Amino acid sequence: MTPETYAHVSNLLIPTATVIYALAMVSHAMEWALGRAVVAKAAAVKNEEVLVASAGEHVTGGSAGSSATDDVDEAATGGTERMEAASRIGLLLTWLAFVLHLGGVVTRGLAAGRVPWGNMYEFSITASLAVATVYLIFVHRYKLQWLGLGVTVVVAAVLGLATLALYTPAGPLVPALHSYWLVIHVSAAAISGGAFTVGGLVSVLYLIKARAERRVLAGGTMSASLRRLPSAEAMDGTAYKVLAFAFPLWTFGVLVAGPIWAEYAWGRYWGWDPKEVWSLVTWVVYAAYLHARATAGWRGRRAATIAIVGWFVFIFNFVGVNLLVSGLHSYAGV
Amino acid sequence: MTEVKDRITSPPEPPPALGLIGWLRWTWRQLTSMKTALMLLFLLALGAVPGSLIPQTPIDPIKVSDFLAAHPKLGPFYDKLGLFDVYKSAWFSAIYLLLFISLIGCVVPRLGVYLKAFRARPPKPPRNLDRLPGYQRFEVDEPGDMLAVATGELRKRRFRVEAYDGAVGAERGYLREAGNLLFHFSLILALVGVAWGSLFGYRGTVLVVVGNGFSNSLAQYDDFSPGRVFNADNLPPFTLTVKDFEAKFQTDGPQRGAAREFKAQLTYQETPDAPEKSYELQVNHPLKLDGSSVYLLGHGYAPRVTVRDGNGQVAFSGPAPFLPQDSNFSSFGVIKAPDARPSQLGFEGFFLPTAVIDQRGPVSVFPDDLNPALVMTAYYGRPQPETGKPQSVYQLDKSKLTQFEKNGDKLRFQLAPGQSVKLPNNAGSLTFDGYSRWVKLQVSHTPGTDLALAGILLAILGLMGSLFIHPRRTWVRVRSEDGRTVVEVAGLDRGPERGLGDELQAITKALRPDRSSTQETP
Repeated sequence: MTPETYAHVSNLLIPTATVIYALAMVSHAMEWALGRAVVAKAAAVKNEEVLVASAGEHVTGGSAGSSATDDVDEAATGGTERMEAASRIGLLLTWLAFVLHLGGVVTRGLAAGRVPWGNMYEFSITASLAVATVYLIFVHRYKLQWLGLGVTVVVAAVLGLATLALYTPAGPLVPALHSYWLVIHVSAAAISGGAFTVGGLVSVLYLIKARAERRVLAGGTMSASLRRLPSAEAMDGTAYKVLAFAFPLWTFGVLVAGPIWAEYAWGRYWGWDPKEVWSLVTWVVYAAYLHARATAGWRGRRAATIAIVGWFVFIFNFVGVNLLVSGLHSYAGV
Repeated sequence: MTEVKDRITSPPEPPPALGLIGWLRWTWRQLTSMKTALMLLFLLALGAVPGSLIPQTPIDPIKVSDFLAAHPKLGPFYDKLGLFDVYKSAWFSAIYLLLFISLIGCVVPRLGVYLKAFRARPPKPPRNLDRLPGYQRFEVDEPGDMLAVATGELRKRRFRVEAYDGAVGAERGYLREAGNLLFHFSLILALVGVAWGSLFGYRGTVLVVVGNGFSNSLAQYDDFSPGRVFNADNLPPFTLTVKDFEAKFQTDGPQRGAAREFKAQLTYQETPDAPEKSYELQVNHPLKLDGSSVYLLGHGYAPRVTVRDGNGQVAFSGPAPFLPQDSNFSSFGVIKAPDARPSQLGFEGFFLPTAVIDQRGPVSVFPDDLNPALVMTAYYGRPQPETGKPQSVYQLDKSKLTQFEKNGDKLRFQLAPGQSVKLPNNAGSLTFDGYSRWVKLQVSHTPGTDLALAGILLAILGLMGSLFIHPRRTWVRVRSEDGRTVVEVAGLDRGPERGLGDELQAITKALRPDRSSTQETP
């Protein structure tokens, strides 16, 4: 096949994958909505039961009460089944989208005759592929289905933006990018960026779950979709593992590979280019995260908040610095 | 940094009432606490941000002056805060110096603690093993040499083992703290390397027209920034000549005009007596010499012109480097002939490598030289005495010059190579002889780079140790209870690792003869 054919195939696969990720997202959103409904229904029936019990003392209180309890169980079971089905469909669609996505990235690389991360469009499709890959590898092993909504929202959004706003036709690179450091530096950034994203998503869910757990302790209820999440403590551990994997890789990518390449290409290893500044800020925020986890009074909520801030800083470094600030890393091609 | 756990459990410290020494000690403790370190880390992150959003003098001085001109009120205020040179400002330096003092004050005492802990033997088993996070027990008829087997099994699992009366204690993961300390000390090492480079290094840029040479001395640089203690006598005495420059651009498709390849052919001599060597200089392929490196930073066009004055004398001849203004290399420049008589002459305008005339006037539509043209206007003025004031070679001081006019309009002319123009009133002429290319070279030396690199690599190694080594303590106790022998296996993690239960189960399995009963608490 010619490069043009590959480019054409890639341009068909990426938007198709985007749409299917979006469908997976809808399915996972329904999963959460159904989960909420289970609790709402259960709570409604419970209220009814109380009413019946208080009003019908001297009539047939006992039988009315038991039929209400059956309703609760029935509603809960039916709701849970539908919720599980929505979750499975979401995961199935994610797999389908992933295969097309992978094909789109590979054909893009073949079309350009190099690694597919030479501009912002390519970095977006590759980094989001990294997010999807990390999720799909661990989804069965660590039962990460609860992350489905977050992952599909992020991947569909990134791919959608890439296709609509960042698209650049496949082509060769400017001379500054003619280096094998492109492979090392950018892939380290893409993989750690994928892990920052997963860590950030888990931290968001951690905050939600931790709040729900506190509510339960205060006598409240928790929806089925939240109940299905692992305990807040376990999610805190998951976030830490993902970020502990990402941090050394990010350190290597932006404080070793980046400076070495900068020394070759620009004649200095560190020059406070906006991209360098924000990479350092990202590094410092995640360093603070690791320290916060080892500090009494900072564990848990505050540490999770720092992880989310770190994720936003990373996103800004990628989107904001590329599009709003001019610097030496101007390879967006937009 | 410092574990604050112990400090947290004690009540908050009372305000110091111990005079200077007490106050200093209190300050030192606050500075080296983990909370302060966290705050300083956030301040460092926050403080680095303005430098990426506000133009910085060391990176782009022209943008800074544009900003000052555009914001007459805000600009000077920013300037007072050091916001145009954030990374050398007093407040930014204060943040990272405090952070480093905090870091050193934290890790140095920890080194002593660690050296002691490293030699420490695994601790005695606690009285109630069943209260630990991981616990298994089973009973056997024959105790045999259970503790010896346990010792062997634990050693196989890379535990350090200590025998106690009726029990063994085991611990592993001593290297976690070593990794942690290595990480922090290596960061200090890396920063020493960076500081060394900024003190003893230098960086200069020079624009060299193809065919011309450069010899490494201060006077030859267009721009030179030495480190604080750099000595100009230390410039290595190399010379080089730019023989040729070749640029390739995408000629078709949507990325038409994008740069594809730049190559400069150099010959150089490392010292005046050394043999001449040649090198193909490219982006990403600097020329590494002993003590200096030469980088290709940019390129452009230098039209070659001959200016004759009103008396017919040659007032200027040669290439004049023009600076590219856009991606198609529309290049702006000036030609000065202050010695022209009776009037001095000056020219200003554009060199267009691929000239096309559209509604905006003449523009370049491609970066390569497909249809080169020189589009200029001309000025004249009374000859001025030499003032010795330095003047930019890229700007014409028009304060004492008048623009030529022709038929009531400002004079403007467009020339192809080989063409010339006669100025009105027999003031002289300009001939566009042709054009050369120029390259912008950077010559720099940054000592300490290897130290910085080694520091950061060691830091990553230490980081991985501190993140992926998980300390674990395990005990095995054998005691008799109602004539039976009870074996207890228990453990606890001192990190976020999971799988304690699995390992205890495996140890139990190795110790336990078949058919004995086991109980487990998660």
